[in-house]
Formats: sequence, C-alpha cells, structure tokens
Amino acid sequence: MEEKSDFLTALAARFPGAVVETSSPLGDMALVIRPESLFEIAAELKNGPGDFATLLDLTCVDFPDRPERFEMVYHFFSLSGLRKLRVKLGLPGPDPTVASLTPLWKNADWMEREVYDLFGVKFAGHPYLRRLFMNEEFVGHPLRKDYPFRKRQPVIPMRTP
Amino acid sequence: MGMNPFQAPWFTTTLNSMLGWGRKYSIFHYPYVTACCGMEYMSAACAHFDIDRFGAGWTRFTPRQSDLLLVVGTICQKQAPILRTVYEQMCEPKYVIAFGACAVSGGIYDNYAVVQGIDRIIPVDVFIPGCPPRPEMVLDSLVKLQLKIKKQDQDWRWKKKATS
Amino acid sequence: MTTPFRIQQNAREGSLLVNMGPSHPATHGAVRIMLELDGERILNAEVEVGYLHRAFEKTCENRTYFNLLIYTDRLNYVSPLINNHGYALAMEKLLGIDVPERARLIRVLLSELSRVSDHLTCLAAMAMECGAFTVFLYNMKAREFLWDVIEQTTGARMTTSYIRIGGVRADLHPGYKEATAAGLRETRKVLKDVHGLLDKNKIFLGRTRDVGVMAKDNALNWGWTGPALRSTGIAYDVRRAFPYGDYDRFKFEIPVGERGDNFDRYMVRMREMEQSLRIIEQVVPLLEPACPKVVADGLEPAAAVKASRTRRPGKPIKLSPNLEGAELAVQSQILSSDRRYVIPAKEEAYTSIEGLITHFKYFMSGHGIRPPKGDVYAAVEGGNGEVGYYIVSDGTDRPYRLHLRGPCLPLLASLEELIRGRLVADIIPTFGSMNIILGELDR
Repeated sequence: MEEKSDFLTALAARFPGAVVETSSPLGDMALVIRPESLFEIAAELKNGPGDFATLLDLTCVDFPDRPERFEMVYHFFSLSGLRKLRVKLGLPGPDPTVASLTPLWKNADWMEREVYDLFGVKFAGHPYLRRLFMNEEFVGHPLRKDYPFRKRQPVIPMRTP
Repeated sequence: MGMNPFQAPWFTTTLNSMLGWGRKYSIFHYPYVTACCGMEYMSAACAHFDIDRFGAGWTRFTPRQSDLLLVVGTICQKQAPILRTVYEQMCEPKYVIAFGACAVSGGIYDNYAVVQGIDRIIPVDVFIPGCPPRPEMVLDSLVKLQLKIKKQDQDWRWKKKATS
Repeated sequence: MTTPFRIQQNAREGSLLVNMGPSHPATHGAVRIMLELDGERILNAEVEVGYLHRAFEKTCENRTYFNLLIYTDRLNYVSPLINNHGYALAMEKLLGIDVPERARLIRVLLSELSRVSDHLTCLAAMAMECGAFTVFLYNMKAREFLWDVIEQTTGARMTTSYIRIGGVRADLHPGYKEATAAGLRETRKVLKDVHGLLDKNKIFLGRTRDVGVMAKDNALNWGWTGPALRSTGIAYDVRRAFPYGDYDRFKFEIPVGERGDNFDRYMVRMREMEQSLRIIEQVVPLLEPACPKVVADGLEPAAAVKASRTRRPGKPIKLSPNLEGAELAVQSQILSSDRRYVIPAKEEAYTSIEGLITHFKYFMSGHGIRPPKGDVYAAVEGGNGEVGYYIVSDGTDRPYRLHLRGPCLPLLASLEELIRGRLVADIIPTFGSMNIILGELDR
C-alpha cells in the first residue's frame, strides 16, 4: 500500500547509505540494512516518529552458501501506528558479531542469548551472553545448517534399557 | 534344627500378599511433569477420571515422600541429570511409570536435544503410549502397576537385598 | 564444570542461594529459578530455561510443510488449535490461497474453545498453587466439557492437528450444537462459581493485589503481549488490530486492567473467557448444520464397517472411503479450492486418475506443498499473546527456516524484575498469572 511504501522511503531517506533495500513482500514491510548501522536505526525507530515501542522478535537464518552467512531478522511493532516492520541484515560467516539491542529493549536480552546459543552470533555490549537453551557443556551451535540433526550430546551417561 | 517360622512358605506368601495389597492401594505419586502430557495427567487426576478412587490420589510434591515417579512429558538431555537425582532421592520400594510417547521412546522427537526414552536413565515399570494418552489409558496403566505390585516379591526390612 | 551464574557471581555476603529447581510443582514443568534470599525477601533472582528444548525449529527444517503440522500442536499445548491456526495462516499468506467461509468459521469456533480451555487451565493452576484447590477441580470439570466438543469434531482431546493449510481437516460433527451448548452452560456455571470464590477472597486478594506490578511503558518495552499486556491497560489484541479469519464479523470487547498486577491478569483472563463464549455464541448460528454422517441404523462404527462389506438384503450400507467428515460433498466448504495444496477427497483419488496423481504428488517427497521463495510473518492471538510464525521458504517442500515468536519468552524474562525485592511467596502467583507454557518458550 502507498502508506507503507511512503513510510519505508521516508525511513530510507533518513539513513542514506545504511539502508540497502526496502520491500513490501506479501503485505509486510521489510528493510535490509548494513550491520554497522543497526543500533542507530533501531534507536531512531524507537524514539522517532515511527514509535516502534516493541521489539517483537529477533532471530537468525543460516545461509551457508552466501558470503554473508547469518541473516539477522528483527521484527518491530508500533502500537500507536499499528504497524510491523521487518529489518534484516547479513553477517559474515567467521566470527559474526552485531551490536546488542539490550540498551533499547529489555527482551532483546534473552532473544540475543537464544541466537547466540543456537547460531553462535555474538552481540557486542550484551551484559550476560550465556547459552539459554542448551546446557553449558554443549559443543557447537545446533541450528546451524552444518550441525547434524541427530547428534546427541548426553549430559549423564545413558544406561542400556 | 527347625526352620525359622518367619521363613515358612505360608507365612511369607501371606505377608507378601498383605504387603502387596497395602502398597498397591496406597500409591503416593510424584508427578514429574514437563510437557503436554501434563494436561492429560491433570485430567486424569481430576473429577472426571478420578485416580483417587484407585487410592493413588494424593500427590506428594516431593520425591522423598512418594513411591511412584510419574514421568510425564518429554525429557531433554538437560533435564536428564535432574530426573536421575529425583529418582535416587526416592526410597525403596519405588516404581516408575513412563507417561506418554516422549517418555517411553522420545516420541515424535528424534533430535539432538531429546532423550530417546527415560529407560535410558532410570528403570521403568509401566509404559503408557499415546501422544497424549487418554486418561482411561492412565487408569489402565495404574491397574497394571497395581497388578505388578501385587505379584512381585515385596521387600521386607529383614530380607537381604541386592544393592542395585 | 559450568561457569557460575550471574547470581552466584554477584551474591552478597550472608545471603542464601536457593534453587526453585527444574522439577517443581509450581513451575509448571521445567523452569529453574535461582533465588538469592535474605530470610524470605528476594534480593536477586535468575531464571534458567531450556529444560524442554525439543528442537522444534530444527525439526521443522527436516519435515515437509504438511508433516510439521503435528509439531505445532505441541507448542502451546493447552491451546493447540490456535497454534495450528497461526501456522495455517502463515502458510496461506505465503502461498496466496483463500479459505472457504465455513472453514474460517469453524476455525474461529475451535480457536475460541481452545482459548477458553487455556485460560481455565492457567487460572486453575494459579489458584491451586495459592491454595484454592476447589477452583482447580471446577475448572478442570468445565474443560472436560469443552474438550468433548473438540474431540467430537477433531478426534483428539488435545493435540488435534485439525486446522490444516487451506482449511480444516473435516466438517463438524452433527451433534456439535448440543455439545457446544452443554460446554457453554457448564463453563458459565464454573465461571460464576470461581468469581464467587476468588474475586473478593481476602487471601487471594492479599496474595495477588499489588504483586507483580508492571507499568505500561515497561510492559511494551519488555515485549509483552496478550492478557498480560492488557492487564496493564493497553488494549492490544491481534484479533482486533490485525483481524484474521473472520474475527471482524463478531462483536466482542477487549477487557483491560488498571494496575498490571496479578489480580488484574486474573480478572482479564476471566473476562476474556466470557468474551470468547460470546464469540462462540455468535459463530454457532452462522454454521449451517453439518452433513449427517453415513453410519446409520444406530450401528456402532465397527458393526457398520462389517455390515457394509456383507450383502445385506434390502438395505445396503455404503460407507464413505474418507475419514469422517472429509467427504467429497463437503470438500469445497472446508478446504481451499486450490488443488495443489490440499488433499483431494478419497472418492476422487480412488476413482479418477487425476485424483490419484494429485494425492500421490501431495505426499511424494520432493513434491507436495512447495511455496514460492520468500519469507512471511503472520501472527494470531494466542492464550498468552501474539503467536507469530516467521517462515523462510526456498522453493522446496521443506521450510528453510521456521521460527516461532513465543509470547511467553518476554513474560518469563521479566520475572526477575517483577519479583526482586518481594517475598518468596509472591513468586507463585506471579509465575502462575503469566501462564508460562514451556512448549512455546523453549520450543
């Protein structure tokens, strides 16, 4: 719709160079940005006219064939404007790091820990980056495409039934 | 040299069945609830499909006071040591029921995070299949467990036990 | 050895570190709450999760779009039909297919029944842990009647896998009207009783009023949605804000609280149940009577199957080759007309070559539902808040990535903040009022 694409183009105009692409696939609003500008765009989304007071979701997708292997996906939600926005950015394979959004939104804490646990993406500035779901001794990051699906790492030795 | 009267067969079998009768009709269970089967456990425990009429109604919320460990729901690798600890905290005689497909064999989850059946961690007496099992199946399994308790050799205080 | 937790590293001199362990009756499953106590007062708290991580997201990458439907049931396992609904909506958005009106209305009916049973279970557990065991038994009784309705139509009490991509699995049972009316009657009776038992109960009020208070802006910052957010005063409901299914046709209110404490969360859930019952009453007249089932002469199903195989003189019994309710006559009403994404009726599959090929290709590995490349996010209003599915498709028959936005994650993450400075006994109603369902949280 025109209103959505207007909003996206206005946002892209405020950050020349940081926004790589805007699109509206299937009625959602989506932006692709450069990783370095995540924090300032997120701060603008929260405090600016968009009024995106809620970080709905924070996740990651693993594309091992791409040079930018990990694609971080953020979903923001504005209650006053009743709109949802998807922001994507790509991180390189070896040692992926991106700024943490914990100073802006409190639930980013656990969601970033989850992404660290399952994908291995590190978040600069996170107060307590520790595995969330898997136990501490677990080796590897399960949701990466190169982790075998059935590779179990038992915590206590299994007995024969 | 006479046989010790306490070891005479008629005495031991009668005592066995009396102990068995007492034990099977007063089962204190500890519901080790993790996942979806917990909802069917709640249904089985409540008014519609009462387990209280089988004598097993009192839920003891600590393993130290219970003799039946009802493992309800999926057990993940992270949860396994806790299940082992809880099982070891129970006193003899103790029984274990694996409630639901996930506890029996890992269920629909065959992946890096789920233990493929709790019998890889603790010995199990009765397995209840189903995802989740109907409360009637839970009651049936309780009856089967009662039959097992009645038939097994009850352990008495003065009998020498093999340490497992 | 594991590295010490933050709470262990920052422990003060003379305080007591206590574990509300992963196997605790009041933690609804497997959550570990580590507490630093000074007597009964909580100085600090840390929550550890992951004890029910069943690898839902990785499993979905290894299953076809049709097969992974069963895993969505087990997410929020107290209201499984709502999760199915969310997944179906996300897939229909990605595929661009329409759902017939009757299927949409059936989805609304069953989602609302699921929602009521979710709230009943939450309040039952919360009240039981505060000591009100009667409320638990009453709510479970009412839930049985609602589950009877669901079981009649879908075949299963809990994990149904009924709401499918393109529609629903089968039509309603012919006796759904009476069963729904009985369910509504019993639930209303129970709600009245529970109101009488808890609303003005001094003990319950003492344990829940002004306990676990969350301010509006803080709740939004934390990402709260659903009844917990509405208890702080913000009327955000996905059914109203981004209507899906046919929810914009029905009149219902969105109850909001004032203070954002445990009592408000309890009250919001009670009022929401009444609104859901109101929606169910509006849906039922819109659903025309279901097709009569083929089993006739009062025969039990097994006897009917036997009778259909022998030659009965006079009155032959013809059984449909389909599962009950999925006959050819109702296919157009319960499933989308787009042939690529729905299972054809057995009459077609057994009698025509096109039907057979359609059926075969639906289930063949590598074929079946193959959405176009792209990603989609769709959300429904679950029992705890906004349940969102983010699906990335790469054109094959398996999702490349499927992520669930679980509404319980921000709720449990904020527990540490809510209980700091309070007494140990305040954890129980706070935890209970949030309705933490670990299937959704740990996935």
